[in-house]
Amino acid sequence: MALIGRALLIMALGTAGFGIGASIHGARTGRREWVDAGRRSVYALAALATIAFAVLEDAFWRNDFSFNVVANHSSTTTPAFYKLAAAWSSQEGSLLLWVFLLSLWSSLILFLVRKRAWEITPYATAVLLGFAAFFTSLAAFWANPFTTSANPPAEGAGLDPLLLHPTMMIHPPMLYSGYTLLTIPFAFAVGALITGRLGAEWISLTRRFALAAWLFLGIGILLGALWSYTELGWGGYWAWDPVENAALMPWLLITAFIHSIMIQEKRGMLKVWNVSLVLGAGTLSILGTFLVRSGILDSIHAFGASTLGVPFVILLAVMVMGSIGLIVWRREQLRSDARLESLLSREAVFLFQNLVLVGMVFVIFWVTFFPLISEALTGTKVSVGPPAFQPFIVPLALILVLLSGIGPIIAWRRVTVANLRRNFALPVTAGLVTLFVLLFWPGGPSSRPFALIMFALAGFVLTSVVQELWRGVAARRAMTHDPVPLALVQLIRRNRRRYGGYTVHAGLAVLLVGVAASSSFQHSDDVILSPGQKAHVDGYTIRYVRPVETVSSQKIGFGAVLDVTKGGKHVTTVTTVRNFYPSQNPADGLIGKFFDTSNADSEVGLDQNLRRNIWTVINAQPTPLAPLINKGNSVFAAYAPQVMTKAAKLPPGQAQSAMNGLWAERDLAVTEIARRFVTHPWPTEFLLIVAPLVSWIWLGALIMGVGGLIALWPVPSFARRRERVASPARPTAPPPVPVREPV
Amino acid sequence: MHVVEYLVIFAILLAVVAFVSAPVRRALAGRSDDAGADQAHAGSLAELEAAREAKYRELRDADLDHRTGKLSDADYDELDRTLRGEAIAIMHDIDRATIDEQ
Amino acid sequence: MDPSRKRAIRLTVALTAAVLLASALVYVSFTAGNKEFTASQLLARGKPGQTYELAGTVLNGSVQRDGTTLMFRIRDPKLPLSVPVRYNGIVPDPFAPGRAVMVAVEKGSAGTAYIGQGNSLTTKCPSKYQAAAAS
Repeated sequence: MALIGRALLIMALGTAGFGIGASIHGARTGRREWVDAGRRSVYALAALATIAFAVLEDAFWRNDFSFNVVANHSSTTTPAFYKLAAAWSSQEGSLLLWVFLLSLWSSLILFLVRKRAWEITPYATAVLLGFAAFFTSLAAFWANPFTTSANPPAEGAGLDPLLLHPTMMIHPPMLYSGYTLLTIPFAFAVGALITGRLGAEWISLTRRFALAAWLFLGIGILLGALWSYTELGWGGYWAWDPVENAALMPWLLITAFIHSIMIQEKRGMLKVWNVSLVLGAGTLSILGTFLVRSGILDSIHAFGASTLGVPFVILLAVMVMGSIGLIVWRREQLRSDARLESLLSREAVFLFQNLVLVGMVFVIFWVTFFPLISEALTGTKVSVGPPAFQPFIVPLALILVLLSGIGPIIAWRRVTVANLRRNFALPVTAGLVTLFVLLFWPGGPSSRPFALIMFALAGFVLTSVVQELWRGVAARRAMTHDPVPLALVQLIRRNRRRYGGYTVHAGLAVLLVGVAASSSFQHSDDVILSPGQKAHVDGYTIRYVRPVETVSSQKIGFGAVLDVTKGGKHVTTVTTVRNFYPSQNPADGLIGKFFDTSNADSEVGLDQNLRRNIWTVINAQPTPLAPLINKGNSVFAAYAPQVMTKAAKLPPGQAQSAMNGLWAERDLAVTEIARRFVTHPWPTEFLLIVAPLVSWIWLGALIMGVGGLIALWPVPSFARRRERVASPARPTAPPPVPVREPV
Repeated sequence: MHVVEYLVIFAILLAVVAFVSAPVRRALAGRSDDAGADQAHAGSLAELEAAREAKYRELRDADLDHRTGKLSDADYDELDRTLRGEAIAIMHDIDRATIDEQ
Repeated sequence: MDPSRKRAIRLTVALTAAVLLASALVYVSFTAGNKEFTASQLLARGKPGQTYELAGTVLNGSVQRDGTTLMFRIRDPKLPLSVPVRYNGIVPDPFAPGRAVMVAVEKGSAGTAYIGQGNSLTTKCPSKYQAAAAS
């Protein structure tokens, strides 16, 4: 099967190469059959990539350890779900996933636009196939997932225990879907620039894919944050790690693009902005893929230095120079059709929002790459940690939230003072009331001005969104007399982009309230406790009730049951466990391998509600068990060879029984030693955190996701009804004027 | 086992080549699906249709802005007149492009 | 006001804001950053009272715990030497002997270990295990 896999990669590369040539040839000669052949190359590539991916997944499923990637990332004891997901936990498998997803999305859009945009599409096809060829050649020649070994091991190394979490397994496909979807508007932008067809057509073609990229990338980022909070033992959800930033930057740029294209559609403005934003987002998505693999920046995610760095640098250089060259070449066609009439207009707000988002990307990019920049300028790497982001990102985020509240309630082209008074009175009042109430609230956020401002702005934004919904419903009911719930549903159905976007804004406000509150008002304590002892955090008393231990073939867990009270009243009971996974190093000994602290992860003891989170983690170490473990290692080091020698002389059935007996005795010894954590517990370290409104982050993200889906859903077909009304077949009669319909 | 694998590979290769080259082979045999399609003209028409859809959206957005109080009557009337004029101009262009195609 | 003059004013304001932001960013980066040193660079060039980002691999057999204090040595990637670190704070789950780490440290008083700043320890997530041996 590995042979088939390797052949599929070569065929995929050949197909991509042919498709590039066919598409360009078809575009230049105007011969449609070559354009069609180029499009079919994408479909064929998708089929080949799907089969190749299926071959790889089949190898994982069957525990075929002759595949090196299976031997290194899976085992017979890895749970089924994680076996399939382990395919993309490696460099090789993740490259194949990239090709698979890219070819899938490319096939989808080329199928959807097969009867349109004859001039742009062939060049876009060539660009998409170019990306596919790049990643396929990396998989085929540098990091092949189908390499095999002549002497496969009997058992695989298993998956890193930190990855044995559902969110962590879905996080890479979501991120890669976002990255690959970003290549589509990139490709169509390149096609539009090459052909000079820079009107609304390429935007209407690719707007949905840009929105889908935004949605998937956002889900990927959220899942990473959720995994970090619930799985890692540090209690945080965002560390400004270079690889985290690498996913955030294109997401911010595509957010700007999604807003900015509305202005090009309506007014023919900001054309240079739009092509720059989408080309930048596509380039940053490749940069993000590169950062994870190259090891050029110190990151907890970086897989270490690899030879893949050089090809990526070349690709990035081509993308950057090519993008700049194309924009400069087409600068005449990119001139705006109209000018900004007033700073008090929705166009101006969108422009400010673009500036803020690009500013944020610039800050993140600079600080992330500063070690390399400083090394280039001064010869010494200088590392600037998370504190460098705060002075810039916090004010920019506050401005962004403010603009997200102004945007829905300000009109296009220009507003009057009377309009402003009418539309802003209620939201501004709500924001000010929120501000003053919290300012004078006993024990409230008055000591944290930035958090206070964020809460006030959230009040402003949420009120503006509710006001907009209310007025829209009222406008609809004035025409249709629908009941309120029906009017609301119809209003959103018929204006998905608008109200989907407003929903996203509301979600953003909720999310940032969660971020502001949890980061400004968190209390934590790092303590050593014995059973029965207590710690106090932010008015809560956390008592170490009793130790717990779990033993299974996959892991050993040392945990604790913690009882939380406040003011004498019981609040909750949580359990936190530290798990140790067996090592593969023979030097650890037959007993010691099960107590290896280098393969450990934490199960967080978490109690969360809308008001606050109580987050606990135990840092149990098996150090006090060392004498027993060493004794066990010695005993079994002497005993096991005797059993194995005897078993070698027995018939197969009896030999197996003898070995099973040996392992059963070993397991009994391990269980008895582990049990001592409960029978003879020792003082253990705990990290205890109480933080308010953390759940608002996940809730806000969910609301944003729902808003994105609403905006992404296909619009109803009343536009097509207008097409039949406005019949084009009577050139002498004046064309009918578009009719007014219920909103 | 290897023989079977080579056969599978060869079959997939044949399928890919046949599928991808089908339009070119049909054109060479004089059996194109849509002989004589004027791609440049179709492109202009698509561009105009995209512009028309965008203009309709702008009209509806302005209508909703007016109904929800974000545009005064006077501002809305002027904006609506401008947008309808632009929409009519685009529809004139579409008519001309369609006639040219015919 | 003449529209082109308006545009010129807007452009000037926007560019000024951008230049101010960029200048602030450059200033903060150079003043608030810590130099990244390996163990040998730290021993040769580290000054008391300054904080450095120490990058390297945790020396096998050097990890000890004393209450909430973690003590370990970080070895140089090329030279056969290591520096001792005393650290209090969150220890990432993947932390282990032989793993690549980075921690912000300050030189302790003469003869003692470098003091790791709280919650500054990061560990690279291992991407693969060693090849499995027969159990």
